[in-house]
Amino acid sequence: MPKKKSDIIIKMEDVGMEIDGSVASESEGESRREGFACFFEPVLTGICVSVVLYLVVVPSEDSRRTSRGNLKPKPSPAPGRNNQIKRTPTNRSHRRSNEDDSEGYEEEEAPRKTKVNKKKPPKTQDSDEESEVDQSKRTKNGRRVNKQQKEDQNNKDKAREDMKGKGKDKAKVIENGKESKKRNKDTSSSSSSSEDSGEDSMSEGEMTRLKEEVEEKKKLISTLRNKPWRMRRRLECLKDAQQFVEKFEGALGKGKGRKLYAFKVMMTKKWIKFNRDFENFKTACIPWERKIKEVESHFGSSVASYFLFLRWMYGMNLVLFGFVFGLVVIPEVLMGLPYGSIPRKTVPRDEQAKAMDFSVLFEFGGYCKYSFLFYGYYNNQRTIGLLQFRLPLSYLLVGVGSFGYSLMVVIRTMAKNSNEGGDGAEEGDFTFAWKMFTSWDYLIGNSETADNKFASITTSFKESIVDEQENQKDENIHLRRFLRVLANLLILCSLGGSGYLIYYVVKRSQTYANMDEDELSWFEKNEVEFVMSLLGLVCPPLFETIAELEEYHPRIALKWQLGRIFALFLGNLYTFLFALFDEVNAKLEREETIKNATIWAMKEHYSNFSELNNSTAITPLSINPADVMRGPCWETAVGIEFMKLTVSDIQVTYLTILFGDFLRALAVRFLNYCWCWDLEAGFPSYAEFDISGNVLGLIFNQGMIWMGAFYAPGLVGLNVLRLLTSMYFQCWAVMTCNVPHERVFKASKSNNFYMGLLLLILFLSMLPVVYTIMTLPPSFDCGPFSGKQKMYDVIIETIDKDLPAFLGTLFTYAANPGLIIPAVLLMVLAIYYLNSVSKAYKHANNELRKKMQMQRDEEKNRRNNKDSTNQVMKDLEDLLPKKSPISASAKENAEVRSELGDKPSKVSQKPGAVATGRGVNLQRDVSLAMANPRMAVTRPPGPRGPSALPGNTLQVPGGRGRGRGQNPRR
Amino acid sequence: MGNKQTIFTDEQLDAYQDCTFFTRKEILRLHGRYHELAPHLVPMDYTNDPDVKIPLALIVNMPELKENPFRNRIVESFSEDGEGNLSFNDFVDMFSVLSEMAPRELKAIYAFKIYDFNTDNFICKEDLEKTLNKLTREELTPEEVNLVCEKAIEEADLDGDNKLSFADFENMISKAPDFLRYL
Repeated sequence: MPKKKSDIIIKMEDVGMEIDGSVASESEGESRREGFACFFEPVLTGICVSVVLYLVVVPSEDSRRTSRGNLKPKPSPAPGRNNQIKRTPTNRSHRRSNEDDSEGYEEEEAPRKTKVNKKKPPKTQDSDEESEVDQSKRTKNGRRVNKQQKEDQNNKDKAREDMKGKGKDKAKVIENGKESKKRNKDTSSSSSSSEDSGEDSMSEGEMTRLKEEVEEKKKLISTLRNKPWRMRRRLECLKDAQQFVEKFEGALGKGKGRKLYAFKVMMTKKWIKFNRDFENFKTACIPWERKIKEVESHFGSSVASYFLFLRWMYGMNLVLFGFVFGLVVIPEVLMGLPYGSIPRKTVPRDEQAKAMDFSVLFEFGGYCKYSFLFYGYYNNQRTIGLLQFRLPLSYLLVGVGSFGYSLMVVIRTMAKNSNEGGDGAEEGDFTFAWKMFTSWDYLIGNSETADNKFASITTSFKESIVDEQENQKDENIHLRRFLRVLANLLILCSLGGSGYLIYYVVKRSQTYANMDEDELSWFEKNEVEFVMSLLGLVCPPLFETIAELEEYHPRIALKWQLGRIFALFLGNLYTFLFALFDEVNAKLEREETIKNATIWAMKEHYSNFSELNNSTAITPLSINPADVMRGPCWETAVGIEFMKLTVSDIQVTYLTILFGDFLRALAVRFLNYCWCWDLEAGFPSYAEFDISGNVLGLIFNQGMIWMGAFYAPGLVGLNVLRLLTSMYFQCWAVMTCNVPHERVFKASKSNNFYMGLLLLILFLSMLPVVYTIMTLPPSFDCGPFSGKQKMYDVIIETIDKDLPAFLGTLFTYAANPGLIIPAVLLMVLAIYYLNSVSKAYKHANNELRKKMQMQRDEEKNRRNNKDSTNQVMKDLEDLLPKKSPISASAKENAEVRSELGDKPSKVSQKPGAVATGRGVNLQRDVSLAMANPRMAVTRPPGPRGPSALPGNTLQVPGGRGRGRGQNPRR
Repeated sequence: MGNKQTIFTDEQLDAYQDCTFFTRKEILRLHGRYHELAPHLVPMDYTNDPDVKIPLALIVNMPELKENPFRNRIVESFSEDGEGNLSFNDFVDMFSVLSEMAPRELKAIYAFKIYDFNTDNFICKEDLEKTLNKLTREELTPEEVNLVCEKAIEEADLDGDNKLSFADFENMISKAPDFLRYL
């Protein structure tokens, strides 16, 4: 029996605590009582529970009366039983329950004070015996703490008031939490027959509520910066929320899970801190942020977009540089054979005299040619150094991998860019509104730019006004069309001309190549580069002049300009490539003869040797590596061509900036004092920043790098240097000697156009490299692949020798056409499927957009009672039979509608047309109201059933009726 | 870093980082800028949250705002007293919203406040006219201004009350491709 007693006491405590908690935490009277009743219904079935209830309810009433007066007495349980059992607990236990009650009350009331009764939650989970032992301890504890708690009570009430006063959403959240908790308790306690589980679920409910609240607060903290509040309110709110979270988090979790939970909480905190620091670090690492911002403020976003692109390019090249130098150059330099040890790493004897001359070095001859900058330097040893580094394999993989990496980066950036920006309503929906609210470039901080911007905004407004007024009845449309065709024709002519010029020059250079080097002048040697640079210099301004005929908006004009110069450069590049291939083929032939000659010489040597010495042990021919007969090494030649091209490109760019911009600016500035007309405002004036030229220069330069990097690993390093210097140089130049554009215009929302061009160039430059890797035989005496039939033999060799045998067989299976063809087919199918799905989505999107547009028109028409703006409706009106019978009913309609609170304005003016129009409108409204279920899109659009147009008695022809069937397609 | 630490406590910096889109360094830099505006008014020590405000006239002369046609409105709508006096909190708030990290929704709310010149929670024709005149430096004729304003209202007004409520404004602005970049 005593055992039973203590049992009761314990339960009484715990249940009492919970009950009280649930009562106290409710703040609205009515719902609270209901919840209370509901909650107790199942519990009342137990006898001892009634005792508990009595014990708990009666004494706590006092305290509750003080704290909240609106509480009504609880449903009192059977009194007889109360008395019967009340006799058993001693006075002490009574008091204890009182204390415990207040303690539990405490915990409910403001759980952040749980420091005091923190031991509680686990106790509910403990076994009975344990809690019995604890009991005595706790009573002492409780007594000690009791006073303090009562003091706290007042503060807590205040705090609660504060909490209530603060943001409504928070209060709501708490409400929600309570609601869910209540529900929780309801279900769990009703389903459980024994008290134990009831208790458990109750504390469970507590936990979930707490957890929810804490989560809510955390969410609040993380989204606080998005709230349109005053900073002070935000700060206060933040402080509260943080305190709340701090206090509560410790109380969460239970039993063994608790420590884990605390640990988790701590780790998340640390993690957040780390993330924040990392973010700070990352932003600190982005270079040139302020420089670009400065440029942006002076020249608007279109110029800044170039510098952003430059920076992006720099980042990508740094990664490529890391690959090439880390995996190819440095291993070879550190672990490979030193300079002068083998022929490919030695300058030939006849070149040695001039090998250190600047003119030779500058053309990448002499020591440069036989250095790690070029393909030929690398040895074909399978593994080098202690680490058994497979250099040839690494060379090939890095060459292919850098293409892969670039492709990935470009495509990812493109995808990211296209995700940004609004979903783009139809152009022309909000012409004026957008012009009004979004035309100011908030980044402008320079008065000159601002002046230009004001002017351009004004003109654009005027243009739109004129457009609106004349509504596109442009008489000069034919003239403009003619001019545009003419311009395109001219540009095509000049493109063709430049193409022919390059072809001619390349042909001529091939004849020069066959002549003796010494007879040629400097010009004849460098004719190709010279002509190409010249074309690149002359053509873009020419195109720009021609493009003025077309009168496009500058943003569109920029794209055209970019496209045209792109075509020009591309033509140049490919002509250059074909010339190069001719050269390579010639070299290959020569190499063949040299190879044969070497082999013949070897054989000769061997036979002579064995004849003379009569010994079988043949010592190999010991010739100084500088004197060995060697092939032309076409790969190095190609690499040198690209190097030279890049260097001359850099020179031209920098010199253009120096002379075209800087000296011009100097001349204009200082000659202006003694000149007969105003130089600054008049003819030469200052230069504008040439966006299209610079962007394309960058893109083509990158194309060269991609193409040449395989043959000249040093090219990537050179390019990194170039981008680095040009960032500073161009920033300086643009700030000192350029003026903002006359018509400042925004860059288009993403620079995907640039990226698209870059992707195209990447693809085009990948082709020749992959072609050479796959088909041409590598040189026999230079480079990492010498001695192989094809460059990719390295991979096959690695598979055969280094990987386990089953992998080799696996590869042979994978390379089987029987496997590849189905795989390709599968991919084609997947592409087809995805394509059709995306098309369907696009279609659905358009439909929805159309529908939204229609609804908008509807709305407006209904409100404004105007003529339908829609052309289809007008046509429909014209189709209707002449109006006498309908107009009467239409007028009725009009009256009905005016009763509905709309304003009939123009009825009297055009009774016929307008009224019929409205009749139709009404019909449409009805159908719209009927058949437009508001549902989320749950499946991709399928074919539409023909029966899905209910309520639309007057079927609107054309596309108008579509998209409002009963299909749940919204 | 040593002398900077004394401007704010770590807690303050963390709180600011939670409430804005800035990093620690940027907040310190912002304080530097704020201090620059009125060195005699603004203390270098912000640990005890002094109540200092800088008048509008000083703020609008910052290079970031100097050329902006709406500078007065911007500052006014961010100041707690509505007069254009900014405390440091308001100042940080302003730059946080104007920074490029702020989401479109938040910007739309403040843009609406900025364009609502008479603070009646609607952008009415009067507001539009003011906006337009500021944007074009009053180079359009009154008829043109009238036409443009009517057109703009017609385009964006969905509920037909001839002024733009916030819902109208948000709907319109959310579709603008350039909005995110240029506020």
